Amino acid sequence: MADVTLIVDGKKVTAPAGTLLIEACKSAGIEVPSFCYYPGLSLQGACRMCVVKVEKMPKLQTACTTVITEGMVVITDSEEVRQSRKAMVELLLGNHPLDCPVCDAGGECELQDMAFSYGAPESRYTEAKNHREEQQWSPVVYFDRPRCILCYRCVRVCGEGMDVWALGVQNRGVSSIIAPNQSDHLECEECGMCIDICPVGALTSGAYRYKTRPWEMNHVGTVCTHCGDGCKTTLGVRRSDTGMEIVRGDNRDKSGINNDFLCIKGRYAFDFAHNEERLMQPLIRKNGKLEPSTWEEAFELIGRRFREVRDKDGGQAIGVIGSTRTTNEENYLLSKFARAVLKTNNVDHHRSADFPALAAALHGKPGKTATMRDVLTAPAILLIGNDATNQHPLLAWQIRTNVRLRSAKLYVINSAEIKLKKQAAGFALLPAGADAKAVAFLSGDDSVLDSLAAAGTARDAWTALRDQVRGEQNLVIAFGSELRGADIEKLAAFASTLTGAKLICLADYSNSRGASDMGLYPDLLPGYEPAASASKFQQEWGSLPAEKGLTLPEMIDAAKDGKLKALYVVGANPVGRLGIDPFLLSKSFVVVQDMFLTETARIADVVLPSANAYEKSGTCTNTCGDLQLVKKAGEVTDCKPDFEMIVRIADAMGFDVRGLVPFGGGTHSDMGQTRGAQSGEADRHAVWLEAHNLEPKMTPFDPMAILDEIQRVVAGYDVSRVNLLAGADQHIEIAEGGAGAIHKPELIVPANDGLFSSGTLGRYSKTLNSVMENRSADVEVAAD
Amino acid sequence: MAYLVSHPDEVKVVSKRFGMGATDIDRYLELDGYEAVQKALGMGPDAIINEVKNSGLRGRGGAGFSTGMKWSFVPKQSAKPKYVLCNGDESEPGTCKDRLIFEHDPHAVIEGVMIAAIAVGAHTGYIYIRGEYRYLSVIMQKAIKDAYAKGFAGKNIFGSGYDLDIYWHGGAGAYEVGEESALMESLEGKRGIPRIRPPFPAVVGLWGGPTVINNAETLASVPPIILGGAEAYAKVGTPKNGGTRLFCLAGHLNKPGVYELPMGYNLKKMIYDVGGGIPNGRELKAVVPGGSSTPVLLPEEIDIAMDFDSVAKAGSMLGSGGVVVLDDTTCIVKFALRTIKFYQHESCGWCIPCREGTDWLKKTLTRFHNGGGVKKDIDNIYYLAENMLGRTFCPLGDAAAMPTMAFVKKFRKEFEDHLDGKPCPYERAGATEPVLA
Amino acid sequence: MRFSDEFETRFSEMITHYPTKRSALVPTLLYAQDEVGYLSDEVIAELAGRLGLTELEVRNVISYYSMLTTKPRGKYNVQVCTNIACMLRGGEEILDHCKKKLGIGHKGTTEDGLFSLEEVECIGACSWAAAAQVNYDFHENLTIEKMDKILDEYKKKGTQ
Repeated sequence: MADVTLIVDGKKVTAPAGTLLIEACKSAGIEVPSFCYYPGLSLQGACRMCVVKVEKMPKLQTACTTVITEGMVVITDSEEVRQSRKAMVELLLGNHPLDCPVCDAGGECELQDMAFSYGAPESRYTEAKNHREEQQWSPVVYFDRPRCILCYRCVRVCGEGMDVWALGVQNRGVSSIIAPNQSDHLECEECGMCIDICPVGALTSGAYRYKTRPWEMNHVGTVCTHCGDGCKTTLGVRRSDTGMEIVRGDNRDKSGINNDFLCIKGRYAFDFAHNEERLMQPLIRKNGKLEPSTWEEAFELIGRRFREVRDKDGGQAIGVIGSTRTTNEENYLLSKFARAVLKTNNVDHHRSADFPALAAALHGKPGKTATMRDVLTAPAILLIGNDATNQHPLLAWQIRTNVRLRSAKLYVINSAEIKLKKQAAGFALLPAGADAKAVAFLSGDDSVLDSLAAAGTARDAWTALRDQVRGEQNLVIAFGSELRGADIEKLAAFASTLTGAKLICLADYSNSRGASDMGLYPDLLPGYEPAASASKFQQEWGSLPAEKGLTLPEMIDAAKDGKLKALYVVGANPVGRLGIDPFLLSKSFVVVQDMFLTETARIADVVLPSANAYEKSGTCTNTCGDLQLVKKAGEVTDCKPDFEMIVRIADAMGFDVRGLVPFGGGTHSDMGQTRGAQSGEADRHAVWLEAHNLEPKMTPFDPMAILDEIQRVVAGYDVSRVNLLAGADQHIEIAEGGAGAIHKPELIVPANDGLFSSGTLGRYSKTLNSVMENRSADVEVAAD
Repeated sequence: MAYLVSHPDEVKVVSKRFGMGATDIDRYLELDGYEAVQKALGMGPDAIINEVKNSGLRGRGGAGFSTGMKWSFVPKQSAKPKYVLCNGDESEPGTCKDRLIFEHDPHAVIEGVMIAAIAVGAHTGYIYIRGEYRYLSVIMQKAIKDAYAKGFAGKNIFGSGYDLDIYWHGGAGAYEVGEESALMESLEGKRGIPRIRPPFPAVVGLWGGPTVINNAETLASVPPIILGGAEAYAKVGTPKNGGTRLFCLAGHLNKPGVYELPMGYNLKKMIYDVGGGIPNGRELKAVVPGGSSTPVLLPEEIDIAMDFDSVAKAGSMLGSGGVVVLDDTTCIVKFALRTIKFYQHESCGWCIPCREGTDWLKKTLTRFHNGGGVKKDIDNIYYLAENMLGRTFCPLGDAAAMPTMAFVKKFRKEFEDHLDGKPCPYERAGATEPVLA
Repeated sequence: MRFSDEFETRFSEMITHYPTKRSALVPTLLYAQDEVGYLSDEVIAELAGRLGLTELEVRNVISYYSMLTTKPRGKYNVQVCTNIACMLRGGEEILDHCKKKLGIGHKGTTEDGLFSLEEVECIGACSWAAAAQVNYDFHENLTIEKMDKILDEYKKKGTQ
């Protein structure tokens, strides 16, 4: 749109026609206060804080509802304006309780800030305040009515933003009240957006309330460890008896790909980290029982046994199962450790999406994958399979926001009437399991039309949908794990017939993509390089095992037959999650690194207590391929990052760890980079180094040393380190990697986690469990 | 139901069929009914709007905006359907005029809606009547049905080829819904929260379509204008204030009632002559000239013409035509409290200044009237009202602030008489004499 | 649930009057309340379903309008206006008398379920003040004595 020029406080301001005055002022660095105005949500004009003087207008005007016009002369700060704002604050404080000393929002409260800027030091108010008891609306949502200033942000973010519409406004006048959908409680997605967006302490979080004061926390921006979307989350941490406790998760600074969005898991389900069942010291099986031990004893034992097996039975007698939640550096290190130290290609992980097939389909054809940010701005989106609202909450948020604010077209092909159908310009119901046929149909195969139409979407509707999709430019196609192997190649081929179409392959865990990119496969090395022909890695890692590796099910078979003598499980629970009979592993020496005594850990010979993704540093890659920095926020004493454990096992096997981690020589001091938020003097030094893009690589436990290697050798990962360290997301180009592979479709096992479950982490999150117990409706829970 | 009164000074335009059985459509036809709309069909939109403009007709709901102008704001071409909405949510304290129109002459309202619709090119009209007026809804629903039966409404009205549907709609108790954008929200089945303006209803109204919203009395005034001509109508009133107005005389009067008087009729005469003066030999203390939201006038301020401009010049507003007369036994603090109690009850709660301001004022005035007042309360009351004025989301805040400021300004002494734990001087005197005794 | 034939006829006609179904909500709620006595959970669920709304949306609307109630009321809802015009002509005294006579306060209901009492805002009877409504019937130019008689008549009618 054409630009409009106006004068604000004597300053010339130019902004596109149609811009709201409040935004035009903001763009010129002039702050106009408001409670009810919130970018991206509908306009209210209710709080009257944003009043400004507009020349030729008799009354003060609300800047949030005024559209700028050419030549408009505006004064945002005058005696009249200040008095008006002061009066609003005085009026609000009339009924607002002054319980700031105990209010969760105290110190972070927008009303406090306004009172500070405009309020009167003396109160004229001498009447009794209206009072109502606090209500608990759900395990995580509390409502303190008297504190509510009725800005309606919560109502709008729940309705417009989340498409849940669980909050309403009831009564009128001074009795007006925000009300939950079930009279006295909420039945909703429990995302906590209402709490997050509340400018005061009216809506408070069950997880955080009365736990701390905001200024007692440190805040660490890192990446959520639950689903594959990779939301940025700012964790509030505070010292505790056992290290650093995470007390809050939000993204109020709107940094990262998710703006201020977080789902229930990102916002509350960090609490698994402080579950009392958390393992705090190594366990070694003695006389059939797991007994507490020391790290030294554990590493010595593991190192000795692994070495014995490798030297006696060969690397092929050792299996390695990696994690979908550890960092890229850890996954890369594990992949390297397996090949270079254990001398085995028996490497696998819990696969929930077929990235090798995507790599194969796009090999040498870059520019065909979409970022999570693209979903917010693309003119059209096609979603095949997957229930994004439940499985990829951020993806669903991006889609809804794009449809709502930018009128993007959404097309949905699914075997269920998923919630996103409401936003869809076109929806086709699939017969169960017919996703591949839908791809064939899109590609032009009309022979499948009859079977597609069996679910109720008529042939004409299918054809109309295809015509619409074919007419879209810059379409983002997101597909679930319903599509695997050759179907992905077919879909990519279809996408290549459209102008600017880009793909997103949806995987279930926070670093599923990273595990895949880092080569946790028997036949693929990092960057989808086939293990059989990896001269690059031979140069980097030394000689590689020649034997073909085993997949996870093949490893179990080998264990059953007594051929797999040792199994190293890093941050995975195949017994619990993949339904493997634990008895089958009884003949193997099993080492498990985990936070909890999972079903797999229970049958292990050695269990090492590990740190989770909130307790270490590194990088991870979301399902779209967006690489982000993971920063250490929490700490539980005596738990170690998997990175350190891998290195120390290698060391205990007598391997020169310099061959594993190319760290700098000379000093043995930890510069603090592994300790994160609780850092002292040394850490500040590390912060300075990072600020100058000089990473401290002083110890073999430094993930940055491995990141150097990843960036050097893993195709697609040579992104700007500066941007990465600055907290920006960087898209990884899967097409630049190796040839990939077409695997058997049955190797993909979807996690089936919904909004309220999250694999092993979910089981140990009291918040998620309490929310599920509270729901009246039966919610499908992933078999765990 | 409501009692009819008369006075020789009355000029019966809107009330000419009152008491004549015009709810019956045949009787209405005998009394020139549905002639204006047929004439309007022949005139065409521009001529109708010009005629209404020239008549000097101004909105009878209270704001007094030129009706013809309002109609002219409706775009000629519109992708979305256009609507006419009759505001029969009469709720301003002191006002009971629309009730009489609905009761005695419902077809005049229907006819007014029809002419407005033809003028702006709308094919649907709604007549919104407040929920408390159930018996009037019954009357109106029957009247509409009868109009359909005669072929006056629906497809091809009067064989003109013009389609026009007229529907009744009912409220359920909310003063705020009388505000035109809140009225539309209510009609759309929502809470009666006003909308952000601009856009104004004439451009974006009901379901996004251009909408003309007029008060019932305004619309009932349209047929006589079309039939008798703009000039004749304008001549009845004062310059820029055409025609007549239904004045609702209430309070301490010997002959309260609804009288149709020319615009610009003298207020003093209205009280002492038309209204029969103050009962029980009492003296006049104050007059609320146009419904509870208009600033009070002192006895020395009432020798004025009752038209929009003259009353404004006297520092008040003609408002909705509700003239409430207070004799010298009335406690102004109590009257102010009752006024603010109403606005506190009716505030929709949307914006801070109205929601919090009316509640604070009510609390302070309650305490004050009960003898708990302190001196600085008086200034506080004024300060609060002053800070609400012009800063609320819709005019309800102004409606609460304006009279409050006038009460304090004009009767400060009386506020001071309530101070320091003194009981209300008027209650002490036992001055509440039964008016109807 | 099903309402009276009259209600159903009116409802099915009324929803054809608007481009959106929910537009019929406010008058429909009032007619439903007239039949059931109050807006019960069942009524709310029924109307929400018919108009394609959530129950929350219906509750939001109900709580806005002062004539609508989700709690049962007496057979005769006595609504005494005490707004300015009525106040000047004895409205408050009439309300006090009703309170005493019925033994209930504002928004109270007599034990026999016959009467409810409400102090209401202006009902548009200013020129005929003091005024009250019993259900939808207007009673005007009231005095305490007149009101007293009116209540007696309703009591007789209600206990017959």
